[in-house]
Amino acid sequence: MRAGNLILFAALIAAVIASFLYLGIDLGALVAGDSLAQMGKYASGFLQPDFSATHLHAIGRGALETLAMSAIGTLLAALLGLALALPAAGRFGGLALHATRLLLNALRAIPELVWAALMVLAAGLGPNAGTLALALHTAGVLGRLFAEALENTPREPAEAIRESGGGRLVAFCYGTLPGVWPQLVAYTLYRWENNIRMASVLGFVGAGGLGQMLYMSLSLFQEAQAATVILAMLLLVLAVDALSGWARQRWVSG
Amino acid sequence: MLNRAPRDPAALPRLLITVLALLLLWPGVNLSELDLAVLVDGDNTRAMGNFLAGFWPPAHDGEFLALLGRATLETLAIATAGMSLALLIALPAALLATRALSLSAVHRGGRPAWWAQLARWPVRGLLIFLRSVPEIVWALLFVRAVGLGPTAGVLAIAITYAGMLGKVYAEIFESVDARPTRALLEAGSSRLAAFAYGVLPNSAGEMLSYTVYRWECAIRASVVMGFVGAGGLGQQIDLSLRMFAGGEVASMLLTFLLLVLLADQLSRLLRARLT
Repeated sequence: MRAGNLILFAALIAAVIASFLYLGIDLGALVAGDSLAQMGKYASGFLQPDFSATHLHAIGRGALETLAMSAIGTLLAALLGLALALPAAGRFGGLALHATRLLLNALRAIPELVWAALMVLAAGLGPNAGTLALALHTAGVLGRLFAEALENTPREPAEAIRESGGGRLVAFCYGTLPGVWPQLVAYTLYRWENNIRMASVLGFVGAGGLGQMLYMSLSLFQEAQAATVILAMLLLVLAVDALSGWARQRWVSG
Repeated sequence: MLNRAPRDPAALPRLLITVLALLLLWPGVNLSELDLAVLVDGDNTRAMGNFLAGFWPPAHDGEFLALLGRATLETLAIATAGMSLALLIALPAALLATRALSLSAVHRGGRPAWWAQLARWPVRGLLIFLRSVPEIVWALLFVRAVGLGPTAGVLAIAITYAGMLGKVYAEIFESVDARPTRALLEAGSSRLAAFAYGVLPNSAGEMLSYTVYRWECAIRASVVMGFVGAGGLGQQIDLSLRMFAGGEVASMLLTFLLLVLLADQLSRLLRARLT
């Protein structure tokens, strides 16, 4: 066991050294003489954020766009996820179970940014592409979590309603849903927090929001404007964290 | 027989809440320019269909596979090199930020004096700042600063993950049994010795397992960062997408899935072995 760990450790060190050699990164060149001063000059451009009214106005619009993308994307994902979670939890037989699980895994395995790049091709530039990308990836994540929640919830209430003559829909709404609802809300809020972070960077591939502004201003070497956009992103993320933390306390653990 | 109450007594409030939520979200639909119709629009579906039809068969000629192999190795190397740099930053930062090694806390039942807490804030603030900016934003900044290629990716991973690892390490140090450390500090040992013999033996397993988990995340992140030009598999995916080369995109997505799956297995194996 000890010798095994030693070999493992040596292999890890070797992997790290091999990585640096393979990439040919010259860390010495990064800190040598001129390049450090150049990077310092570049970084100092960010220290005077642009707070002019027109720029702040544009940022406000971008932030609202980002917020809307994340909220609508998450909502669509929750609806789609719930629709897919029912067959994935085995409500409609074995074949549907495996087919939807495969679909959910495929949706989830492809990162948001790749979805966004695909959606920009399919739906054109702009926030619509970002919303759809978020909805597709998140539907995969939420669908799986919802399916697990549905599987773990007790079946007795729904069965009791069915046996006393209620329809399938009524049994689901009044027998199953009340039990899983807090979990569904908690998962959706958690994904919303994630998605606000993603929504602010999806713009890098042209999917609207703050990310697109940041990409533009960095491409035009407007560091002052870029710094303000980064600040706005941080504020947005902090605000959404606080909001969803409050909503969680209010509706989930309360 | 039970009385049938055909109406849901809570129906009205629920309906009102739903209407209110829809009204609140309505401007959001406008702002996000949501238009599901584009997905079923004739021209778009045909263009998308053509593109997706190109996905099969995945590209597999020798030259492309060699390129794919190089890009995959580059992604792995970016994640590994980035993690090792992140460790170099995170360990000292965690030592500075953690309350577990506070001298003033020894005589105060584990709570450092106010000035000691204040002195730790700059490091804590730095770590918060490093991890709150998403890694892909760091990557974009570094691409502008050091040029296209893997160096930007390595630096971006190093910076973001240093912030995460530093915070988590500091918390792990605080969560282990404090009595050995306190005894060492009271007996007059140096803080570094107290760390090495009091904290480290109890926290090494947890630290290793978290680090391996983060390495797995770094692989996924380094693929995504390629989209802004930080090298690796992501950059190739972006290029092929722009050239509408469906087959190449398909085989690269498959490689990505395989890579994530392998990293997942390897990290599980390492964690089982090390802890």
